[in-house]
Amino acid sequence: MLVISVLAAAIGAGTAILFACLGEILCERAGILNLGVEGMMLSGALAGFATTYGTGNPWLGALAALAAGGLLSLIHALLTISLNANQVVSGLALTLFGGGLTAFLGQPLVGLPAPASFGKLPIPGLAAIPVLGPILFRQDALTYLSYALVPLLWYWIYRTRPGLYLRAVGESPATVDAMGLSVQRLRYIYVVLGGMLAGLGGAAISLASNPGWTENMTAGRGWIAIALVIFATWNPTRAAVGAYLFGGVEALQFRLQGAGTSISPFFLNMLPYLFTIIVLVLATRETVRRRIAAPAALGLPYFREERS
Amino acid sequence: MFKSKSFRLLLVIATLVLSACGAPATGDTGTGGNAAPDGSVAPAASQAGAPASSGGQATKVAFVYVGPVGDAGWTWAHDQGRQALEQNLSNVETAFLESVPENPADAERVIRDFAQKGYNVIFTTSFGYMDPTVNVAKDFPNTRFVHISGYKTADNVSTAFGKIEEPRYVSGLIAGKMTKSNTLGYVAAFPIPEVIRGINAFTLGVRKSNPEAKVNVVWTNTWFDPQKERQAAEALLDQGADVIAQHQDTPGPQQAAEARGLFGVGYNADMSKFAPKAVLTSPIWNWGTYYTNVVKQVQAGTWKSEQYWGGWKDGVVDLAPIGTMVPADVQQMAEAEVAKFKSGEQDIFTIFTGPINDQSGAQKVPAGTALTAEELLSEKMNWFVEGVQGSIQQ
Repeated sequence: MLVISVLAAAIGAGTAILFACLGEILCERAGILNLGVEGMMLSGALAGFATTYGTGNPWLGALAALAAGGLLSLIHALLTISLNANQVVSGLALTLFGGGLTAFLGQPLVGLPAPASFGKLPIPGLAAIPVLGPILFRQDALTYLSYALVPLLWYWIYRTRPGLYLRAVGESPATVDAMGLSVQRLRYIYVVLGGMLAGLGGAAISLASNPGWTENMTAGRGWIAIALVIFATWNPTRAAVGAYLFGGVEALQFRLQGAGTSISPFFLNMLPYLFTIIVLVLATRETVRRRIAAPAALGLPYFREERS
Repeated sequence: MFKSKSFRLLLVIATLVLSACGAPATGDTGTGGNAAPDGSVAPAASQAGAPASSGGQATKVAFVYVGPVGDAGWTWAHDQGRQALEQNLSNVETAFLESVPENPADAERVIRDFAQKGYNVIFTTSFGYMDPTVNVAKDFPNTRFVHISGYKTADNVSTAFGKIEEPRYVSGLIAGKMTKSNTLGYVAAFPIPEVIRGINAFTLGVRKSNPEAKVNVVWTNTWFDPQKERQAAEALLDQGADVIAQHQDTPGPQQAAEARGLFGVGYNADMSKFAPKAVLTSPIWNWGTYYTNVVKQVQAGTWKSEQYWGGWKDGVVDLAPIGTMVPADVQQMAEAEVAKFKSGEQDIFTIFTGPINDQSGAQKVPAGTALTAEELLSEKMNWFVEGVQGSIQQ
């Protein structure tokens, strides 16, 4: 019973991180590091809530969140792809910008009740399966969407030709260029797609888990998503595992406190980052790096005909 | 590889972007003044209509906030106080700076900036501003400073805090009557005296109206994280709690209770708008009354440095309207208690009057004696009363 409730809560808490992490995987697979996830999540959270507040329809809110996240990431794309700016600085600027902009624009919305939200939506039949039903199929609509997205992206990245181009542009943009494909166009597409997913991750908070708007409501989950990309070694299925692990740690610590155990919540909170650090250390070795397929051109601007 | 030209271009753009995100906040937000990115301060739009009073020059009052005014909690409550001050007194001009870090360098710079600009009264509204406030006060003997929640005073520095435990106790009385499982949950931020005191006051109220009830406590170790606070509440609900109280700055725990059709007790501000079917009531801060009194005293020249610890009687704390799901007899019982606190017949010391047992059942406060202010406010408040389930991490 305890295990079921922890796992169900883990998935609920992990959904927002999962969307953002999947988005960042697309972006980094294309060779662009976007540290603006937190800002894009906040813009998605605000746009999603504002639209739902105005229209009463959370699905329109989700669409608005996609658009807002995409729009913000377009700034990053413009700076880093067209202007070859430093990706770290631009991403950080995006996080600060998103935080400030949403705080400013969201002021009139603070404290307003959500007219509609994504509530728990048990799937008839599936929800009745013992153990799995309560864990997987008594969640909200956005969570179901994330279930579908994980295999879809996995298939796209590893089993389709456009997915091959995606991996190639992050690995060796010069090769993609030589094939006659536009490095810039590919990168633009995936940076914006990544931003859209981050925006949707924000909406998973403002429309599903915590309906409403409060300033800085993502509270650092964008940064967790970025750390998770490395943890997941740029693989969507492992991203799901990682996101639910983070969610599970969050869910578990309170239940352990209730059970009277003395495991420190600080220790539990630290664990996923420990794995991230281990992966980072391993990734410094060339053989391991190849096996986990870290995009070789990640973070490097592409200049045609320049020798690297 | 690295093109310095494009990097410089980026820096320019980033600067523009960043300054753009700070600057427009003075516009149509309705809350008045805001900070420009260089740390200077724009006065709030309070001078609508010339000051009516014969005194001529308006009293300039500044506020330093630790969080964003949009946090729907602690800082929001202080900003409501600032707005009330503007409405109550006509010859007052206010300004504020939000999200000021508690580190000495930033806090002192901001406070000093206000003092240099000639603000007559400066309210610093977080514990971490204590030393910076006292430091700046030394250099500006004619400026009045009021620090919220600290303990260091000077000739021109007062401290102020409120007895939020009084409404917390009454909210406990109501919650004790509303629980069916006799299990209540309390989502708590940090194991510090202020929070422990609140848990104890709430539990004493709960046990007064329902001696069988238990209060389960979980710590989040954060003041502000909506999703985490909600998770903590979910955990408590899974353990059978059917009323969720909180010492947190977001309505996340109340929303968790609402989603399960159960009850909750909010904090800081009336949280019923976030969870209308769940929120029984909320202990709330009402700084406007206090701020108005301080400024009135300054204007009249009667202001003196003091350690202010206001209660319900003084209007600093209050209870939000009780929800309609609470039966009439319970409401009447609560209203009667509220009246006693408002008249001064009861206060925080009567709440903490023995006999009170600690968690283990051993007597901690003998019958007839009350805890002293020091025992309530200092680190000595590191124990739970009987009925609390949970531990204080050291």
